[in-house]
Amino acid sequence: MNRVVITGLGVISAAGHNAADFWGKISNGRSSIGEITTIPTDTLTVKIGAEVAGFEPQEYFEKRQLGMLDRFSQFGLIAAREAISDSGISFEGEAGERAASVIGSGVGGQTTLDDSYWTIYAEKKSRVHPFTVPRLMINAATSHITMEHGIKGPAYSIASACSSANHAMGQAFLMVRSGMVDAAVTGGAEATITVGTMKGWEALRVMANDTCRPFSKGRTGMVLGEGSAVFVFEMLEKAKARGAQIYAEVVGHGLSSDAMDITLPDAGGAARAIAGALKDGGMNPEDITYVNAHGTGTAANDVTETRALKQVFGHHAGSLAVSSTKSMVGHALGAAGALEMAAVVLGMRDNIIPPTANYVEPDPHCDLDYVPNDPREMQIDAAISNSFAFGGLNAVMALKRFV
Amino acid sequence: MASVESDIFEIIAEKAAVARDKIVGTASLQELEIESLDVVEIIFAVEEKFDIHVPFNANDQELEFDTVSDVVKAVEALIAESGGAA
Repeated sequence: MNRVVITGLGVISAAGHNAADFWGKISNGRSSIGEITTIPTDTLTVKIGAEVAGFEPQEYFEKRQLGMLDRFSQFGLIAAREAISDSGISFEGEAGERAASVIGSGVGGQTTLDDSYWTIYAEKKSRVHPFTVPRLMINAATSHITMEHGIKGPAYSIASACSSANHAMGQAFLMVRSGMVDAAVTGGAEATITVGTMKGWEALRVMANDTCRPFSKGRTGMVLGEGSAVFVFEMLEKAKARGAQIYAEVVGHGLSSDAMDITLPDAGGAARAIAGALKDGGMNPEDITYVNAHGTGTAANDVTETRALKQVFGHHAGSLAVSSTKSMVGHALGAAGALEMAAVVLGMRDNIIPPTANYVEPDPHCDLDYVPNDPREMQIDAAISNSFAFGGLNAVMALKRFV
Repeated sequence: MASVESDIFEIIAEKAAVARDKIVGTASLQELEIESLDVVEIIFAVEEKFDIHVPFNANDQELEFDTVSDVVKAVEALIAESGGAA
């Protein structure tokens, strides 16, 4: 078994178009949730989101290339470029064949799908853009990343709703650890702020109208986000041999299925995934300093997740620092786990625990330390990052400070 | 507004698969074993039937609908507000 380290990362989110901007806001507890501006909101009852604002695709892509790229693929490509450049890794020659790419996305090219339905059903046109299908497929982001960087080993996408990125990064981790590949470019990409998708979320009655307040009393639900975070996972020996910077070590991955309900979460399923990640990483509950929670801000998730943490960590649960960065960048669905991993990794680098923003007052059913509103200076020796998806599919990543 | 009440009773019976004779104004949604997703579906059907918007959020920690008559009263108020007759 090989040790797996993170040697590069890239982020595009509501908190800015690169990792430095993301961390600048997240590490200071600044929320990027606001009025939706990228789509018409006159027919919507929920008009807030965490959008990638001020984004001009033509600054990143040539016109010819843009015809093939849905917004979610654009985000994935931008984050992957930053991660690969940050890592300094090369995929020239045989290295490309020894590299993998696995990107998670809950739904893929929603912008393309929404636009083409509008064209056919509302505008009554008889044809859609010729690249509608290659733009909307969920594997488009992964494929474009492999093409742009010459990654010629195992490559695929994973869709498990809100757990997509953690499942994807888990697969990448397992491939590098086993020696199947030397490196992997992995994370999540999502862009679902469209009128059609917002209508779907509104109908479920789980969206907040004010802002996202995970674990706080008075929370009214989730806020949709978008964006991408991508990482370079590398075999430790290879990273050392080329003198690469090392952000953190990926040590464990835990997965489970609730096998209970299509939308309601289950503490038992969540607890099995958390415990699985600790066991896989050879860690005891007491080793964990920080938990980046799934923390969607819904009534159901936050209580269930709190219960699951208590179940696994026992008396140590009260000593954990637990925060939800969804309070600042929204719920980016298939990209959520990747944005959250970026918060963990950068927190480890800078000894800062990002807070749970918008926290008002304690909910008696959520009684852990949620690092409310203010960032905390603290060394993070080991952390977990939780994702619990609709459909009861849970995936947890465990990381350690690299020493 | 008797028809509003009986329409709502019908919707609840159908969406939550509860026997029609068990549905009375004083019955609590909990007693009828109506789960949160059933409520979401019931509200949707009510909105479609009466062409109104019911501002309901499943995350509200103090759920405003405890009993069947709470649902009926809320819908009657919303119909009156929208100036329409069912």
